[in-house]
Amino acid sequence: MEHYTMNLTLKVWRQKNKKDKGGFETYSVSDISSEMSFLEMFDVLNERLVKEGRDPIAFDHDCREGICGMCSMYINGRPHGPWEGTTTCQLHMRAFKDGDTIVVEPWRANAFPVVKDLVVDRSSFDRIIQAGGYISVNTGNAVDANALPIEKDKADTAFAAAACIGCGACVAACKNSSALLFVSAKVSHLALLPQGAPERKTRVTAMVAQMDKEGFGSCTSTGACEAVCPKEISIQNIARLNTEYGIAGLTNDK
Amino acid sequence: MKWSEFFTSSVGKKFVMGFTGIFLILFLVVHVSVNATIWAMDSGRMFNLAAHFLGSTVVPRVLEIGLFLGFIAHIVQAYTLELQNRKKRSVGYQVPMGNKGSKWYSRYMGWLGTFVLLFLVIHLKDFWVPSRFGEMPEVSYVPGVDVHDLYSLMRDTFAGHLWVVILYLVGCISLAYHLLHGFQSAFRSLGVSNSRYIRLIKGVGIGFSIIVPLAFAMMPLSMYFEWVN
Repeated sequence: MEHYTMNLTLKVWRQKNKKDKGGFETYSVSDISSEMSFLEMFDVLNERLVKEGRDPIAFDHDCREGICGMCSMYINGRPHGPWEGTTTCQLHMRAFKDGDTIVVEPWRANAFPVVKDLVVDRSSFDRIIQAGGYISVNTGNAVDANALPIEKDKADTAFAAAACIGCGACVAACKNSSALLFVSAKVSHLALLPQGAPERKTRVTAMVAQMDKEGFGSCTSTGACEAVCPKEISIQNIARLNTEYGIAGLTNDK
Repeated sequence: MKWSEFFTSSVGKKFVMGFTGIFLILFLVVHVSVNATIWAMDSGRMFNLAAHFLGSTVVPRVLEIGLFLGFIAHIVQAYTLELQNRKKRSVGYQVPMGNKGSKWYSRYMGWLGTFVLLFLVIHLKDFWVPSRFGEMPEVSYVPGVDVHDLYSLMRDTFAGHLWVVILYLVGCISLAYHLLHGFQSAFRSLGVSNSRYIRLIKGVGIGFSIIVPLAFAMMPLSMYFEWVN
């Protein structure tokens, strides 16, 4: 695609801290290259704001190659912007035209409180993982990678679920702020593999309990989560979590 | 996990929604089948006898109690979930997602369900209350056995009453969209995750959501336009 430059208007959510009410501020950026990533465009804007002695816009980022799950941003009514299966850091400015107005908001969910500007606190996801997203292993030398035979199909499905980077776009997109796509990806990933078998029932129980405690909503199967997921995690994982939860709940001793 | 924990968790509540939803879908099958006998062109004989069987036999009467409980559980749980879910995002988005990634009827299940509920109240008032508690015209097909003439009640309700017919059509359209999402969603809530069954459920779900409400909608229309004798 041919290179071009563009002038844009940005409407960005600014919020000093958790308690601040916050609001939108409008910025004009010029000579933005179509080859830039969305975050690089923000870097350009921030450098200018620093030079002008103003507070730069806070946003989350780390690897900038689509695998860490740190970047967020709700861009023009869609988490991670207009491209499918893409994180914000991998979204490039060729997705936009000269003269466009882009509205950038933080993830909105009570379980993801805004820390500053576009940065939200996603530690609720960490606590869900801590509640059950682990397996029991023997100590000592690491077991040979291929010692345990696993059916190819199952390994592939587990791998597809394990691709979840925990960015929280599913929560941002869901009308109920449900985290079930994330939790179901983590539960499916381990439930499909023999290594996950020992904690199979307690894992799903504990992770769902923690999810509810963190204040996420319930799933109503609208499919918005699946549509915006940068790793294209399937909604079928949610059905699998429901099976796991049903078995755990209905076959319990207590 | 205790029972209480299971049924009060977000996943367990959806389990109840899915289970009662499928139970109510089964009721629709019975309801539409029995009502379809109005098209037997026998002046409502088969229809009145079928209604008499359901109203005077022990098993259907017991099932009727179960049906009411199913409705109550589905409705109460739905409103509880809806109210809880609405509290999960205090600050909304400037640019809403709209139809990017989800169908409008999947997001408006609460409203569609409310329309169906309002329709249900009117529908019960029109037919169920008079047949249980009110004065009904009687008709006798077998000597010595009088049965309620629900067929003529149906004709009196719809014939010449355009607004009632329109109200029932709105009820049927709401039900169609409610089912279009609810049918497949119910099975997902119960944990059906095999690709082959999901394909089957989606196909059957779409067919069911169109055919059954359409059949229901044809009933007041048949009475209004006198397509049946």
